[in-house]
Amino acid sequence: MVKIAEQDTSLLNLFNESRSLIEKDSSPLVNQWRTKAEEAFKQLGIPSNKVEAYKYTNLQPWFKAQYAYSFSENGYQGKIDEIFKCDVESMESHTVFMVNGKFIPGSNGNVLPQGVVIGSFSELAKKHSLIIEKYYSKIAPVTEDGMVALNTMFANDGIFIHVPAGKVVEKPIQIVNILTGEKDLMVNQRNLIVIEENAQARVLFCDHTLTQSRFVINSVTEAQIDATANLDFYNIQNQHNGTIQVGGYYFNQEKQSVLNANYFTLHTGIARNNIFARLGGEHAENHISGLYLIDKNQHVDNFSYINHAVPDCESNELFKGVMDDASTGAFTGRILVAKDAQRTNAYQSNNNLLLTENAKMNTRPQLEIYADDVKCSHGATVGQLDDNALFYLRARGISKEEANILLRFAFAYEVIEKIQMPELKEQIRELVEKRFRGELDKCDSCVVCGQVDKNAMRCV
Amino acid sequence: MLKIKDLHAKIDGKEILRGINLEVKAGEIHAIMGPNGSGKSTLAAVLTGNEAFEVNEGEVEFNGEDLLDMAPEDRAREGLFLSFQYPVEIPGVSMTNFMRTALNEQKKHKGEEPLSASDFLKLMRDRKKLVDIDSDLTNRSVNEGFSGGEKKKNEIFQMAMLDPKLAILDETDSGLDIDALRIVANGVNKLKRSDNATILITHYQRLLDYIEPDYVHVLYKGRIVKSAGKELARELEEKGYDWIKKEFEE
Repeated sequence: MVKIAEQDTSLLNLFNESRSLIEKDSSPLVNQWRTKAEEAFKQLGIPSNKVEAYKYTNLQPWFKAQYAYSFSENGYQGKIDEIFKCDVESMESHTVFMVNGKFIPGSNGNVLPQGVVIGSFSELAKKHSLIIEKYYSKIAPVTEDGMVALNTMFANDGIFIHVPAGKVVEKPIQIVNILTGEKDLMVNQRNLIVIEENAQARVLFCDHTLTQSRFVINSVTEAQIDATANLDFYNIQNQHNGTIQVGGYYFNQEKQSVLNANYFTLHTGIARNNIFARLGGEHAENHISGLYLIDKNQHVDNFSYINHAVPDCESNELFKGVMDDASTGAFTGRILVAKDAQRTNAYQSNNNLLLTENAKMNTRPQLEIYADDVKCSHGATVGQLDDNALFYLRARGISKEEANILLRFAFAYEVIEKIQMPELKEQIRELVEKRFRGELDKCDSCVVCGQVDKNAMRCV
Repeated sequence: MLKIKDLHAKIDGKEILRGINLEVKAGEIHAIMGPNGSGKSTLAAVLTGNEAFEVNEGEVEFNGEDLLDMAPEDRAREGLFLSFQYPVEIPGVSMTNFMRTALNEQKKHKGEEPLSASDFLKLMRDRKKLVDIDSDLTNRSVNEGFSGGEKKKNEIFQMAMLDPKLAILDETDSGLDIDALRIVANGVNKLKRSDNATILITHYQRLLDYIEPDYVHVLYKGRIVKSAGKELARELEEKGYDWIKKEFEE
């Protein structure tokens, strides 16, 4: 067994010193997992690039106990409507705010269908013990991934969404994750989403930074999608260059369930997405897509793992990236088809557009197929803008700069097309175009609740 | 309108154009014919500013300005149009967006106001009717999944939209079935005016049954070796290019 790296003990010490404070407001069922997580973390530590899954993103330099921690800092002291002012008239969503990983009470606007619960994980975990007992830490690999272990040790608050059987939440549930404060900060946010049988929901995570401080985020989202249920999930990441975010998204799908998950990394420092889905019921359908637009020294690493555990399921995966300057990226697409998972359809592709000689991309498909009657495909491309297309556009009078933007947008378009909600699709389309024109304001990422008071919210 | 003087151009160090002289005036249609590899497409590429080719000698004047000094987009904005021999597929860019961007950039260059959405759509409808193309084509991405004939028709549609002073049609006829050829030729004829001009680059005489040229030039080994009226095209059709090759073999 590899001995835990020196720097990790600082986080263990922090945990032991603060454990009583972390556990004070938490459900006993959540607290039960901390010891197990601590044991795992002692073995796993923060992954360096020597860990195969983290080969292209070394997290060790960033995750140390040197930052203020959100449970003691407790994030934000003021009132949310002093930072964000939403025009309620135009708000076509259930919008809730999280500041530094903590749920802000009273921010839930619209009336929800009966029985649907959206709110603070810390609060609701205490009320809904049955759900916690059934799903908490059962979907994310607590003992296998050092980052999940770390999150489970420190887990305190986050978003809790429960859609009971047969309920349909028509308006999107928007979670605006805000990072703010004068001090550098570490956040371990923990979210749980449960969509019961034949229920439907659309969940949108928007990740922002409001101050220049360094933010180190390690969030874990577990989502259970029961039989014939439907979840549309979107993550729009628009954070400043000093942000390091590890986002773990762990989905468990039952039979005939449908998941659409879309990841848009518009601006960030270092981003690592762990996107895991287990297809555990026949005829489950899984569509995951991602678009990353990066420049300067930004780094994005999408690691996906689709586990076809049973027969007759389908998965489609498409990740695309446009990379400028000295940005670096990585993509891993692991697909596991279990021995009995016959008639599996699993498709995957990753395409990258490198705009400079200094941009770098590492892409690796990893298919492990143990069944013999399957259709699987994977493809990866890394290329430059097409000179012929560029000339064709210019020969019609379109400037070189404009032709460049058109072609980059054309490349990204396929991913934007995957968005199921027309209003959101249009807004993302505009954001992407702004990003290519260098006009993207980080405030813009609050896409549904777009009416923000400019004086109250300062973006960096 | 266009004056080409002793134009030499090369690609990868190999000289393809070896002293072209040509003058095109407003209201004229010129046909440039010649065997494969004679430099016909290179001439079109050099005139529109394809950076793969290097001009090592000569000059080209377009409406009194130095054409070779301009970027490809500025040549287009000054009224030069190339119908590509191989139009490029651009998935993700809609025909509508493409044409609107192109048209408005050209308008901006002339100091005119951009077209409103409704005026633009009206113009598109008119032009589609004029060149007789399926309205379906403009709802798709630029050339994506178009057949060879559809691509060529789409070039003529773009020409109708942008209304150039000088259009160069680079083998727009090759591979076209007779119906598509008629549509293309019709489009060119309808767009012809006394203040614009056309250069048809073609290997075959057939297109010239539908579009009547004022002059026919034969390009061979990077030079124009023969110029005459439209009767030259018929002669080439009957005798082939071998007699030209024999006559001008070095």
